[in-house]
Amino acid sequence: MYRIVKKQVLNPTVTLMEIEAPLIAKKAEPGQFIILRVEEQGERIPLTVADFDRAKGTVTIIFQIVGATTEKLNRLEEGESLQDFVGPLGTPSQVEGLKKVAVVGGGVGCAIAYPIAKKLCQQGTEVHTIAGFRNKDLVILEEQFRAVSQKLKIMTDDGSYGEKGLVTNALQALLDEGNQYDEVIAIGPLVMMKFVVELTKKYGVKTVVSMNPIMIDGTGMCGGCRLTVGGKTKFACVDGPDFDGFEVDFEEAIARSSLYRPFERQAHEEACRLFQQEVR
Amino acid sequence: MPNMSLKKQEMPSQAPEVRNRNFQEVALGYTEEQAVEEAQRCLNCKNKPCTGGCPVQIDIPAFIQEVANRNFEAAYKVIARTSSLPAVCGRVCPQETQCEAKCVRGIKGEPVAIGRLERFVADWHNEHSKEAMKKPASNGHKAAIIGSGPSGLTCAGDLAKMGYEVTVFEALHLAGGVLVYGIPEFRLPKAIVQKEIEGLKNLGVKIETNMVIGKVLSIDELLEQGFEAVFIGSGAGLPRFMGIPGENLKGVYSANEFLTRVNLMKAYRDGSATPIQHAKRVAVVGGGNVAMDAARCAKRLGAEEVYIVYRRSEEELPARAEEVEHAKEEGIIFKLLNNPTRILGDENGLVTQMECLEMELGEPDASGRRRPVEKAGSEFLLDVDCVIMAIGTSPNPLIKSTTQGLETQKWGGIIADENGLTSRTAVYAGGDAVTGAATVILAMGAGKTAAKAIDDYIRSK
Repeated sequence: MYRIVKKQVLNPTVTLMEIEAPLIAKKAEPGQFIILRVEEQGERIPLTVADFDRAKGTVTIIFQIVGATTEKLNRLEEGESLQDFVGPLGTPSQVEGLKKVAVVGGGVGCAIAYPIAKKLCQQGTEVHTIAGFRNKDLVILEEQFRAVSQKLKIMTDDGSYGEKGLVTNALQALLDEGNQYDEVIAIGPLVMMKFVVELTKKYGVKTVVSMNPIMIDGTGMCGGCRLTVGGKTKFACVDGPDFDGFEVDFEEAIARSSLYRPFERQAHEEACRLFQQEVR
Repeated sequence: MPNMSLKKQEMPSQAPEVRNRNFQEVALGYTEEQAVEEAQRCLNCKNKPCTGGCPVQIDIPAFIQEVANRNFEAAYKVIARTSSLPAVCGRVCPQETQCEAKCVRGIKGEPVAIGRLERFVADWHNEHSKEAMKKPASNGHKAAIIGSGPSGLTCAGDLAKMGYEVTVFEALHLAGGVLVYGIPEFRLPKAIVQKEIEGLKNLGVKIETNMVIGKVLSIDELLEQGFEAVFIGSGAGLPRFMGIPGENLKGVYSANEFLTRVNLMKAYRDGSATPIQHAKRVAVVGGGNVAMDAARCAKRLGAEEVYIVYRRSEEELPARAEEVEHAKEEGIIFKLLNNPTRILGDENGLVTQMECLEMELGEPDASGRRRPVEKAGSEFLLDVDCVIMAIGTSPNPLIKSTTQGLETQKWGGIIADENGLTSRTAVYAGGDAVTGAATVILAMGAGKTAAKAIDDYIRSK
């Protein structure tokens, strides 16, 4: 079984868990993901590896409570176990040889951006991090990012913390200041990544995005995670999740991500209702 | 005196208009009386042509004689000598092109219902036998099996019976491979698959789920860990798409995704955590068993109209005859000699229509079947809100890409000799991973052959 050795609430909607999974911890690299099931009969959900400790044999996941499964996951406590935990899946992020990189994270996407920033920092890359959140209460991983970035800009939509504005405002300012990046790595909501790419296209800076579509098995079997990249169909689970942002068809990806939204909303409400009954 | 009826005993089944609303098994199985009567149709030919048609060489006349004499457990023992999954094969084998195609009774009238008798015997055994298979004494050698589908389970079972310590690595959370994610409950109840897997565990086979070999461990690491041989039975899990416009619209599924949601994740049950689209008008593209399974699942999920869209004619349909017949009875509409050209959607990216072209049959192609040729100007639109692509699968490149020196065909199939040996010493492969998408029984045959080769190899070391 996959024991939860640490649980930490990062903000009201985002939780960190460190899971005992020695074989996966031994192989995991930044950019890869795992698939978990909370319970028997549960659904399979993909989550990106937020960190790993090869010596301790643990893999860290950070998740936002958005649906029934993440709601149930969030109710588990330290010492309890997950039903299934499989990985590491997908292709690791390619960061070798990069001298200077802007890492852009949006919301819970920062959890995926962090291990990449950390790896970049460890290999001596100059890292500028831009982390965007809706408001002050939702800010996560600030200290961790600060430790691995030469520059860190926190952006909030309402200006309640850091600077007011979108991540694209901060990125544009850095580019206008004359920063020459080998690459921009953008990880966050699809709409955010789309706008980052629109901006960097103008500046001609190569941009890598991390796609997190609907999937079941994570090994190339179902094809549910397919997206169009450079006019070709790719499977995010095996060909990605990182892709050249200039080539990704974001409109299609945004449409595909909404297929089960009504179902998810209903399932989440039901899960919350059941939970409230239990509490009472 | 044998029973000289020209017709085989009919299979008791759920009525079509009832079963196309539920996921319970369609065919209910012979009663003892029916089985005995059917068994009496067998002429017990001395040269056993039927056995020659069986990929695992079951001694068919011998088991049928035991059924005729009401020695059902003895019949099971005959089958179990060569087949490790009789309850599965009795249900999913394409008997009409194998054993039953060779049956002498088929020359005039219908062949003996060998598949139905096999199913009867296996079910009878599962219901009545108290004998649990015992774990044989260990011979001290370890073998690893990758994939818990038909080829992997067969190879594991055969090696375990010879005394090997066998570990099966499965990528998904549940063992069974295509038997659990692909073939639907109404054709192969999952309790039967579970029973077969429990049997293997009693033989001492260890099954490790959630292990994606090629990612969490490589084949070389398995060999370093002390497994003396590895069998790759990872199947053909990679879905093919047609490459036509509109294939990434919402409502277009690979059959793999659609069936996995339904079968493995139980999306058909109320309250399932895994969602599925309950479409009203569904087009399934393809003519194989997978296409029939997807169409019949869609119908059971409440679709009003379900089409099978296939570019050749009825004669070329690769599905088992019984599945085609069942699909028709259940109201699936066959649009034969039609080929999709594009899929159309609305402003929200949801499928609304599929454009097809009519086809006609020309000269035979490389497969020996007549090549479908487009009829110019015959485009028409089919109103659908869901399209399921069931046009085939190819082997997953995960293992190939992480195993140095493992040679594969251009299309991805692992290259193996007639014993299943790959280009790497101690590494064997079989089933769909080698042949591309084929049948359960051929995969079992390959698993069996490889088990023998692995035993020979380890003994000779």
